[in-house]
Amino acid sequence: MSGVLAIAEHRRGELRDVSDELIGAGRELADDLGEELHVAVISGQVEEFARTLSREGVDVVHTVTDGAEFNHDVYTQVTDALAAELDPTVVLLPNSVNGLDYGPAVAARLDRPLVTDVIDAEIDGDTLTATREMYGSKVETTVEVDAERTVVMIRGGEWPGASASGDAEVREAEIEIDESAVHTTVTGFEEVGGGDVDIGDAEVLVSVGRGIEEEENIELVEELADALDATLSASRPIVDSGWLPKNRQVGQSGKTVTPEVYIAIGISGAVQHVAGMKGAETIVAINTDPDAPIFDIADYGIVDDLFDVVPALIGEFEESG
Amino acid sequence: MKVLVTVAEVGTVEEDFEIDGTAIDERYLEYDLNEWDDYAVEEAVQLAEEGMADEVVTVTVGPERSEETIRMALAKGADRAIRVWDDSLDGLLDVGVKTEILRAVVAEETPDLILTGVQTGDAMFGATGVSLAAAIDYPWAAVVNDLELDDDLAHVHRELEGGVEELTDVETPAVLTIQTGINEPRYASLRGIRQAQSKEIAVEDLASLGLDGIESDLRLTRMYEPEVESTATVFEGSAEDTAVQLAGVLREKGVGAQ
Repeated sequence: MSGVLAIAEHRRGELRDVSDELIGAGRELADDLGEELHVAVISGQVEEFARTLSREGVDVVHTVTDGAEFNHDVYTQVTDALAAELDPTVVLLPNSVNGLDYGPAVAARLDRPLVTDVIDAEIDGDTLTATREMYGSKVETTVEVDAERTVVMIRGGEWPGASASGDAEVREAEIEIDESAVHTTVTGFEEVGGGDVDIGDAEVLVSVGRGIEEEENIELVEELADALDATLSASRPIVDSGWLPKNRQVGQSGKTVTPEVYIAIGISGAVQHVAGMKGAETIVAINTDPDAPIFDIADYGIVDDLFDVVPALIGEFEESG
Repeated sequence: MKVLVTVAEVGTVEEDFEIDGTAIDERYLEYDLNEWDDYAVEEAVQLAEEGMADEVVTVTVGPERSEETIRMALAKGADRAIRVWDDSLDGLLDVGVKTEILRAVVAEETPDLILTGVQTGDAMFGATGVSLAAAIDYPWAAVVNDLELDDDLAHVHRELEGGVEELTDVETPAVLTIQTGINEPRYASLRGIRQAQSKEIAVEDLASLGLDGIESDLRLTRMYEPEVESTATVFEGSAEDTAVQLAGVLREKGVGAQ
């Protein structure tokens, strides 16, 4: 084989969306190569997962039964062994938190170059070209890989997911795990946040980001939230700074929200934040930088200083209220 | 216990900028301590303050310019620093290259714990820590936002997506990649800044680390500003004017109606 080997991702009994996207991306790359797409699923209910992963365009699904949940030592060993056996041109992994917890180790062990956080990729002849962002998504770059074999990690949400079911061959892979090389033990999971407010339930969210500059300025956005009868939420830097509790955080590692109206104030729109709020029905952005990525997804925008606009907006609603 | 912290100097881009070939034009870049590494330094310094760590050493792959950033880490409490540079590393992209360099430094320092930021703010690769761990055969954990150490285990929380944390025990010595929010990085005090001037920054090059002929497999071939596909209605005018227009739209959507 010299096609593509994609490793599916699941957590707590469910395949994650990126698994379908891996199939979408994997099929494209396999087509570029004119080769097969193999998908592997490791640990948990692999038989059930394999039925779901048998999508159109998938040639073989490999199942590996070790463990109930993700353990990077097991995933590294299994991926390493499958890659050694199948010798795929591309090992394709999700650029998720768990992907980043074993992908670089797989690349190091296989002595292959690694390209992470890829948003587009193609193979022309012997050359793999990947598109990535840099500098907080302010620029895009193309990267050429000078090697015949690579490990590529794809960002979620960039490829259409495979949906139609297929008739992939399912193979149970027998890989002996070296337990002496397992140095980590997952002891549990914890939901973070909690508290008195569930921002996931809010119909109107006023969300504040780094542009607020100082902790005491949060009060201004709180006033606006009160005036609009909205719930206050925040982007990651505000929570990291301890200015608002974790249960207020919108984004990839925080809460995914789908309010009717989302007002982003002083939020640039980093990809991790957008992942948590792009499902909002109407998005309003207030930011001084006209090139801020938040305006790419906003329905309404004001390019101005939030410290001028927010008081004026509070005035508008307080007068009428 | 010796803690080694990887410290990167990253370029931050002004709002308006120009691209020169495959790089941001230098005129529009400012250099700063990588945000994630700031948290890693703080975590290491706190371990020293708690009596868990005897020495905190930083390692940076960067040109002479980066010594200002390294001094910042020293001012925050690191004991000494190592800087590795070779002009052939300019435009370095490949995590494999960084891993080779750091592996050589680890061989000299033999730290008990290695902390790296989850990623750098410029290249956004997110892979150095785990790649290094695999190369030096240390256990590891990625995206750590809580750490408690005892004799031979690191009890960590890994921040997964969707507000879920994984609780994991990692055997030590280990490499941990540190997520923002794990602590509150301190500002360097004036006293710390003064003391940092007398701390050692050992400079190494590839030859001194025995790494002649290192090559990257990745080539940056293009850099460009992404196309904006915005369909947003942008309100024009003074702050008062735009607020009135926005208020109109919000009221239409029933906001603030109660």
